[in-house]
Amino acid sequence: MPVQCSSCREKRAVLKRPKTGHSLCKECFFWAFEEEVHQTIKAAELFKPGESVGIAASGGKDSTVLAHVMKLLNERYNYGLDLMLISVDEGITGYRDDSLETVKRNQQQYELPLKIVSYEELYGWTMDAIVKQVGLKNNCTFCGVFRRQALDRGAIMLKVDKICTGHNADDVAETVLMNVLRGDIARLRRCTAISTTSEGDGVVPRCKPLKYAYEKEIVLYAYFKKLDYFSTECIYSPNAYRGHARTFLKDLESIRSSSIIDIIHSGENLSVRDGVKMPVQGTCSRCGYISSQALCKSCVLLEGLNRGLPKLGIGKHHRLHDKLLSQQPLTEKEERKLKSVDF
Amino acid sequence: MCQVEEEYREPPLAPAPPSVCKTCVKCKDASAAVVVRAGDPYCRTCFKDYFIHKFRAMLGKNRVIFPGEKVLLAVSGGPSSSSMLRQVQEGLSQNAHKKLRFSPGIVYIDEGGAVGRSLEERLRTASELQAVFRSTGFPFHMVPLEQVLDVPPSVLVPAASSQPAASVYKAAVDGFLQAAGGRRPGAAVQQQDAAGLDVLEAHTASLQQLMDSATSLTARQELLSSLRQHLLVHTARSHGYSKLMLGDSCSRSAVKLLAAVCLGRGAQLAQDTGFSDSRYGDVVSVRPMRDYSAKEIAFYNHMFGVPSVLSPSLTTKTSDKSSIQQLTESFITRLQADFPSTVSTIYRTSEKLQTAGGSSGGTAGTDTCLLCVCVLDTSVGNATAFRSTLVSQCLSDSRAVPSGPDPVSAKQSRPCGGQQCGTRTCSAEDRTPDLKALLCYSCQRTLRDLSSLDRLPHYILSEAQSRARRSQLREEIRDFLLDHHDDDEDDEGLHSPPDPSVVA
Ligand SMILES: [Zn+2]
Ligand SMILES: [Zn+2]
Ligand SMILES: [Zn+2]
Ligand SMILES: [Zn+2]
Ligand SMILES: [Zn+2]
Repeated sequence: MPVQCSSCREKRAVLKRPKTGHSLCKECFFWAFEEEVHQTIKAAELFKPGESVGIAASGGKDSTVLAHVMKLLNERYNYGLDLMLISVDEGITGYRDDSLETVKRNQQQYELPLKIVSYEELYGWTMDAIVKQVGLKNNCTFCGVFRRQALDRGAIMLKVDKICTGHNADDVAETVLMNVLRGDIARLRRCTAISTTSEGDGVVPRCKPLKYAYEKEIVLYAYFKKLDYFSTECIYSPNAYRGHARTFLKDLESIRSSSIIDIIHSGENLSVRDGVKMPVQGTCSRCGYISSQALCKSCVLLEGLNRGLPKLGIGKHHRLHDKLLSQQPLTEKEERKLKSVDF
Repeated sequence: MCQVEEEYREPPLAPAPPSVCKTCVKCKDASAAVVVRAGDPYCRTCFKDYFIHKFRAMLGKNRVIFPGEKVLLAVSGGPSSSSMLRQVQEGLSQNAHKKLRFSPGIVYIDEGGAVGRSLEERLRTASELQAVFRSTGFPFHMVPLEQVLDVPPSVLVPAASSQPAASVYKAAVDGFLQAAGGRRPGAAVQQQDAAGLDVLEAHTASLQQLMDSATSLTARQELLSSLRQHLLVHTARSHGYSKLMLGDSCSRSAVKLLAAVCLGRGAQLAQDTGFSDSRYGDVVSVRPMRDYSAKEIAFYNHMFGVPSVLSPSLTTKTSDKSSIQQLTESFITRLQADFPSTVSTIYRTSEKLQTAGGSSGGTAGTDTCLLCVCVLDTSVGNATAFRSTLVSQCLSDSRAVPSGPDPVSAKQSRPCGGQQCGTRTCSAEDRTPDLKALLCYSCQRTLRDLSSLDRLPHYILSEAQSRARRSQLREEIRDFLLDHHDDDEDDEGLHSPPDPSVVA
């Protein structure tokens, strides 16, 4: 028996919304999905007219849907935004080749300018070259740290006022769980914020317009809109702990579909006891990027790579920062400790 | 897409070192009998000292229990609360090194009626426990959960605390020492009310119908835990206890904390899992066992013959994925096996949290949840998860209807600004128009899983009605009020001086 769309009460429903359980026709689902993103943007006052906004584009489903919806809403509601795609080329053979092709097609489809920034031009190292030196086990440390800065550097190059990323509700909920499991109270407090304000020179404010969109609905949207996206996970395995959190979240969702939003609600309403120490955010004395240490993570990683001491950026070696800054040589013992890496 | 966006530390997750040591690390003499915490081997005597010391240190550090104060120990018969009972006995005994100075009583809530046990089985468990309780010499109360159907609506209202301020603590201790003159507290009163279980068959049927009306095990567990909480507070209030001692272990607290996050109880985390919880104002809950792991407790109980009496719960014979609480428990258990610091890391998180409503004191005078009695966390705000669900609901359903005359709930569903719903305020699938506005986010989720609200106990429905009436009234006279204070503000006793009888 065909189910009627619960919104227009006319057409046949083609899907059941993972977020609410309602049965909707294609058009009503599109409308609801887009309208919800618009409501989020409006309520959180994410943008101002006249701003130029970089959309972090990876070619994956989240960023493809984000680019599509941003373009559409910008026209539908006259946001007055100057949109462009920013893509990072980490230099991973096989992985980015296809996804960059997708981004290039998106550029044509959406008529948005595209800027590709490569690790090679930003850092002098491709991910493939990094993996050769540090091994598979630790590469995600590099990939994450470098990616964050790469976007900022690309954004500054393009003179954009803001970056928006494709983080969805599942990502945010998963991060809340991760931070509870790690007891990381500072991140727990920050991770549900929908946008970051400018945290200093070299950092462009970021926001997550899809923060309340379920991953499953993003896939449904992309599927029914026949959007062109490249489906892949990072070929270097994500860390095991996040894997556990992700599986747990999927299980929770299967018991109660509102779990994802419920967890975000929890994160948004946590309050931290007075007197609990929060790390002070400073800036890197070499590149000016935000950092709680004298040297930012990416400068330490680069230093390690360039000196042939890959372990430098992986463990905790804050004591060495002063030495590195003043270009002093390391002792033989220090060198030995930092050289060997488990593959 | 690689999800590593932030530079996470490597998790502190080395597997536990194998326990090969033979000698006790404490006395360096006797051979080790048990390995605790970070793999330290302890001998029998030192382990006992360590265990007992920890209990007193926990109470001493937090300084919330006053000398001579009546403290009600909630004992379920499980390992942790049974161990807690033993610690209180040890602490009160004549030869205790640093004696505890409060006056204990025991309460056992028999949940058999909610989980479908026969009266015969329930009586058997009760009589086993009675034997244990009687041997302590403490007064005890055997309370079947059915009695929650007879509690007054006021159990849902936080009362003003009659507690002296923390600064008075020292004076109270000194005063007590003089007055008591070494007399053993607790031994003075030896009353034993309710020898058996006082159960009405009709009540059992109503309770079972209520439990059956929950369409998910998650909601059933939440509901049961609320009812148990109400009955504990009621028992404490009606017998003049001002503290309620709960036996949550470290392992239990970690599970509760993560489950609470998953159930949308972020705002209530500190109260749900912290050392002390003053949401009821006059009856403060404390959790002195939250420093012990389940394993330590099991060791102790085994070595020193602490009996536990297990009774089946709602989750007995259910699979891992049958409820959020159950899933969380098995998730943490599995993670703990791979990463032994999991529980302690999660547990430490709760130390760093505080309640949304403020750092201390009761909640008298503010709007609290009808079910869990925590400060409401449902202000819609600008861009919140709560608002986003309301928007999604109303954009997906054209029959989204105005949510009744209740101004509070109407205000709550206003964020819908989508074109489809126009100017209507709507809250789709709103089966709980009257109750919704009176509940916190998480309890709204729980009640959404009830097939019928008529089965809710009378005290809850009647308190809901009176709150709805009050807020309607407030709306009517709004224009005549000079400032918008709550009408409950003049609660007496809120600022009253410490009650001298507490220390007498
Ligand atoms: Zn439709
Ligand atoms: Zn990676
Ligand atoms: Zn730097
Ligand atoms: Zn010893
Ligand atoms: Zn509640």
